[in-house]
Amino acid sequence: MNQNTLVLLASISLLLPFLGFVLLIFFGKKRLPRQGDIIETGFVLGSLVLSFIVFFNKILYFPEPIEWKFEWVNFGFVENWGEMKVTLGILIDNLSATMLVVVNVISSLVHIFSIGYMKDDVRYSRYFAYLGFFTFSMLGIVLTNNFFTMYVFWELVGVSSYLLIGHWYEKKSASDAAKKAFIVNRVGDFGFFVGIMIIWASLKTFNFGEVFAGIEQGKLSGGLLTAAGILVFCGAIGKSAQFPLHVWLPDAMEGPTPVSALIHAATMVAAGVYLTARTYAMMSADALTFIAYIGAVTAFIAATIAITQTDIKRVLAYSTISQLGYMTMSLGSGAYVAGFFHLVTHAAFKAGLFLGSGSVIHAMHHALHKIHDHHTDPQDIRNMGGLKKKMPITYYTFLIYTLAISGIPLTSGFLSKDSILAGAFAFGKLSGHVVIPLIGFFVAGLTAFYMFRLLILTFHGEPKRKDIFEHIHESPKVMVFPLVILAVLSLWFIFGPNPFDASTTWVEKYIHKPKSVVPHDQQFEFNLPKESVLVTEYEHALHEAHIPAMLLSLGMAGLGILFAFLTYQWGKISAEKVANALKPVYTFLKNKWYFDELYQNTFVLATLGISRFARWFDLKVIDGIVDGSAHLTKLWSFSVGKFDWNIIDGLVNLLAYITGFFGYITRLLQNGKVQTYIIYVVFAVIVLFYIFLG
Amino acid sequence: MQILGIGILTWIVFLPIVAMVFVLFVPKGREIWIKWISVVATGIQVILAVVLLLNYRYDLAGVNTLEGFQFVEKYRWIDVSGVAWFGRIVIEYFLGVDGLSMPMVVLTALISFIGAIASWELPKTKGYYALYLLLDTGMMGVFVALDFFLFYIFWEVMLLPMYFLIGIWGGPRREYAAIKFFIYTLLGSVLMLLVMIGLYFSTSIIDPVTGEKVHTFNMLAMMDPKNYEPGSIFSGLHTTWRYIAYIALFIGFAIKVPIVPFHTWLPDAHVEAPTPISVILAGVLLKMGTYGMLRISFPIFPDGMIKYALPMAILGFINIVYGALAAMAQEDFKKLIAYSSISHMGYVVLGMAALNTQGVTGAIMQMFNHGTITAMLFLIVGVLYDRAHTRGLYEFGGLANQMPKYFGIVIIAFFAALGLPGLSGFISEAFVFLGAFQTYKWIAIFSATGVIITAGYILWTTQRLFFGQLPEKWKNLPDINARELVTLVPLAIIVIFLGVYPSPLINLMNTSVNHLVRFVSEMGQAGMQLGILP
Amino acid sequence: MLVNLSGLKNVGLEHFLIVGAILFSLGIYAVVTRKNAIMVLMGIELILNSANINFIAFSKYSTADLSGHLAAIFVIILAAAEAAIAIAIVLNIYRNFLTVNIDEIDNLKR
Repeated sequence: MNQNTLVLLASISLLLPFLGFVLLIFFGKKRLPRQGDIIETGFVLGSLVLSFIVFFNKILYFPEPIEWKFEWVNFGFVENWGEMKVTLGILIDNLSATMLVVVNVISSLVHIFSIGYMKDDVRYSRYFAYLGFFTFSMLGIVLTNNFFTMYVFWELVGVSSYLLIGHWYEKKSASDAAKKAFIVNRVGDFGFFVGIMIIWASLKTFNFGEVFAGIEQGKLSGGLLTAAGILVFCGAIGKSAQFPLHVWLPDAMEGPTPVSALIHAATMVAAGVYLTARTYAMMSADALTFIAYIGAVTAFIAATIAITQTDIKRVLAYSTISQLGYMTMSLGSGAYVAGFFHLVTHAAFKAGLFLGSGSVIHAMHHALHKIHDHHTDPQDIRNMGGLKKKMPITYYTFLIYTLAISGIPLTSGFLSKDSILAGAFAFGKLSGHVVIPLIGFFVAGLTAFYMFRLLILTFHGEPKRKDIFEHIHESPKVMVFPLVILAVLSLWFIFGPNPFDASTTWVEKYIHKPKSVVPHDQQFEFNLPKESVLVTEYEHALHEAHIPAMLLSLGMAGLGILFAFLTYQWGKISAEKVANALKPVYTFLKNKWYFDELYQNTFVLATLGISRFARWFDLKVIDGIVDGSAHLTKLWSFSVGKFDWNIIDGLVNLLAYITGFFGYITRLLQNGKVQTYIIYVVFAVIVLFYIFLG
Repeated sequence: MQILGIGILTWIVFLPIVAMVFVLFVPKGREIWIKWISVVATGIQVILAVVLLLNYRYDLAGVNTLEGFQFVEKYRWIDVSGVAWFGRIVIEYFLGVDGLSMPMVVLTALISFIGAIASWELPKTKGYYALYLLLDTGMMGVFVALDFFLFYIFWEVMLLPMYFLIGIWGGPRREYAAIKFFIYTLLGSVLMLLVMIGLYFSTSIIDPVTGEKVHTFNMLAMMDPKNYEPGSIFSGLHTTWRYIAYIALFIGFAIKVPIVPFHTWLPDAHVEAPTPISVILAGVLLKMGTYGMLRISFPIFPDGMIKYALPMAILGFINIVYGALAAMAQEDFKKLIAYSSISHMGYVVLGMAALNTQGVTGAIMQMFNHGTITAMLFLIVGVLYDRAHTRGLYEFGGLANQMPKYFGIVIIAFFAALGLPGLSGFISEAFVFLGAFQTYKWIAIFSATGVIITAGYILWTTQRLFFGQLPEKWKNLPDINARELVTLVPLAIIVIFLGVYPSPLINLMNTSVNHLVRFVSEMGQAGMQLGILP
Repeated sequence: MLVNLSGLKNVGLEHFLIVGAILFSLGIYAVVTRKNAIMVLMGIELILNSANINFIAFSKYSTADLSGHLAAIFVIILAAAEAAIAIAIVLNIYRNFLTVNIDEIDNLKR
């Protein structure tokens, strides 16, 4: 197997889901058997097999990145530029190979789960087509070797997300959420695009490798480099739902639950983290600090909100945001591998959590349907409780995921979270940004607390609605199967033999932090390699921080779990009393820090207001001027007409009148009476006589 | 290249006129013949455009060199010797294409063909199609004429049928819209006419036949400073008169584009015009403004272009953002699309103002892509209006289930309009921004916010039309029919194809664009030092 | 016819002319002032006869030539013819208009 075969296999793996999309969209509903779900799922499974082949070959036999390029457009020779062309292509390195597998695994499992979950849906075929389109776009992000196609697929996942969130578009809330998701993402993408413009204008290429090489040569540095880094990261802020653009993700839960699992938990939202990892080499110290703070703030905000939410999917959504903030923070604080590791582990257990919640919602939905209750919200955890007995498989898998996300040993989450916290610890110690590790540890506790709150309220205790409870059943096999697989994937042995040491995992072994290409004066001092020692100061600190971080994070998680049990399981602490005691805080958190209201009342209303003003301006002012000038012209022409009528014609008429007047006068003499004439004659004769004779 | 002894460009320009004569002689009661004659004639035009494409040489630049033009036809048209002090008048029948006009020729042929099919159901067939074909000739002529006088004639020829097509076949406020359109455009024409006459008296070339010096309307001659008579009004570079002329010409073309604040004829004309005429208006006519700038303003007044590039870029930015904002506030579907046209033409202006390869390439691509995308959008509005007889955005909802095929087409067109990668609109917008960013960083960045607003109004429109519950009164709305699909699907294919692989279009214009950019920037910046006669 | 005219010795040409002038003036007066067509006609007769008197008088007091008489006779004949025609016209007018007031007969004027 050589490089070209690998590229070919990766390309096929990329295109298979797209082929499924095309088939389903044109023939799905009427021509294909079972509306084509098997075909689409088969394609994605094929893609999964190929991605495994690519993955193992890559990490075992090809230590160097494999790149394949082709010339897409060519502008020819351009003054002040040289040969201007855009080349696109595929890049397979360990990072993308791993991500390829992650995306395909989750996608396949979600496809399988959906066969059960979406059964009897009105747009069953359309749903699978969009899933295929999403998988294609996501794989495109993973495999691309340049900023341009990255942006292209970046937007395409946005569209598939839009279409899938709005899958049940008859509901206003669903179509609103879809719209919101797309527009908020567009805001982030705007920054991303500006970043790309900076890169293209200064480095004349989109290719990652060439861009990094160009930065290393000093073609882009200083404030502009930091700006480019932050702007590219803006794309991640939008896509990965980081503060301040995190508002779309909770609303995106309007989509079908498997979609939430695939897109809004495991893969698409992680694309922001992937992008940051991809472009990591060009991030300057300032940009990294910015990233770390954004991540930390996001993690904190989302975790605090998650505590108060009662919708099972919204709790998970905020936990996703929080975990994504973790990853971002980790990348920003220099723990590159840990951040990516957490992406991988989080993909499995968070997809599992969502699918598990999907299983619960599915059961609730059917139970409500049975008792003809169409008003109760099937996603509200206040209506659940005690489901453990009825849905054992869902419960136990859900427990594993919850343990994983809380960072309890023997789970994958423990490995990755521990690394992140160690990285934050080291970063805080060396850079003086102590807020970041503080938030990191605090959020670890919060995470354990709200996740166990969710678990307890849903599965433990007494059922709150007996009537519903009686009709609850475990989900069908096709839905349970992915849950089990994901639970297995959330255990430590998938990644490494030692459940307490992340450095023994294959992720740490094969994924390496890329060498920064940023000029040395724009890097953190402690990240620079020293001549005397082999490891950088940071790596040293990281190593030292490992054990304390682990103990501290375990302690925080244990504390969180303890409080959750005290409050919700054993009833030692009354949640209501606490809420009442901290009324303002509680209301503030319950309302999600009022972000939606803030944005609605500022940006949205302002834009709408300005747009109405623009319309008014057009209609009244510009058209007013246009119509006004038309009226003026008309007025002018009327007055010209009046002038013509009165003055010029008046003069002519006056002349005629005068002539007529004289005519009238003279006519009086000519009265037509002969006798008068005779008088004239006589008179005249007399006069003549007088003149001539007298 | 000739067919039956007549040049292919003459064929492509005057074929509609020939068809018009046939149409006029069709007896009463045979309206179907008229339709077929028109569709076949415009269809042949498309074939001729394809023939042109196949024989097009990609290495020739054109712009200001006669040798660079292809399929050239150059004959004496009007030659009056010695009219008192006026001197000898020579006007040439001078046609030719280069990379700037070739995409426009293809676009015009294509949109005319699709418009002819879309006109199938309109009343008063004979008059309609006769005017339509005349309009077609006018548009095509504008894009291939290389003699300023001829250009002006075609420019005016297209105006008259448009007036009647809006004024007779239009909506309720058609008279107002038609008159507004006519007077606006005429205002632009007058400015253009004045500049043209000034240029005529300023330039003179040696007549190859008689050897005497004669004034000329030849555009290519006007681009060469050596041909300007010393002491004449436009001689030299960077003179006040040349700036004035550039601005006058700019306004003349800006009205057509339309550039804010000369744009208010557009929403009225587009909304009142019948569907196929809206398609023509947005698809082709708007491009005549920007094409005129590229073909005439830039190479003839490079100094003015350079001097006023920044204001032009700002106008482009205003167009993008203002148009998008105004679109967002509209409640009439068609008016919204009309404003989106203003916004999208802003990208063209911005790209041209950047005056570099990506910017101008992006601008011309945007001209072509906007032509196809907006044609789709107006056809889409027409489909809905034909069925529901209303365009109020708030009156609809849930159409996605009622008209699934229609929904599919609309999604393609809408996403193309909001610049979704993979569809043609994105490519051109991206290149415009990449180009503009090199010249005007902040303007490019601010303009890019237009992309967000565009997403806003497009998605909001999608939601209002297609999502939610279907109102009771639209329960019987039929889905899109075969004839309408015939008009929409080819455009959708082009939109997708050029979105994935824009190289054919880029290669078509590339040589010319590079040449134009170099020529204009060198001429504009070099100023007086260039070899101008004393 | 022998008439002693010696008693008229003091009567000269002037006296005839004065009579003629008086007669003429009366005629004019009649023509101008009378509304009745007949009376106008009679005025005209007076004028003609004043002319006759002048003719005769001049003939008498100038060379022995009969041209004056001759003219007078012509005038008498013409006056007779004129009177005949004019009275016929007046009669016809009367028949058509039932009046001979010349102020009322102004059809041509309208």
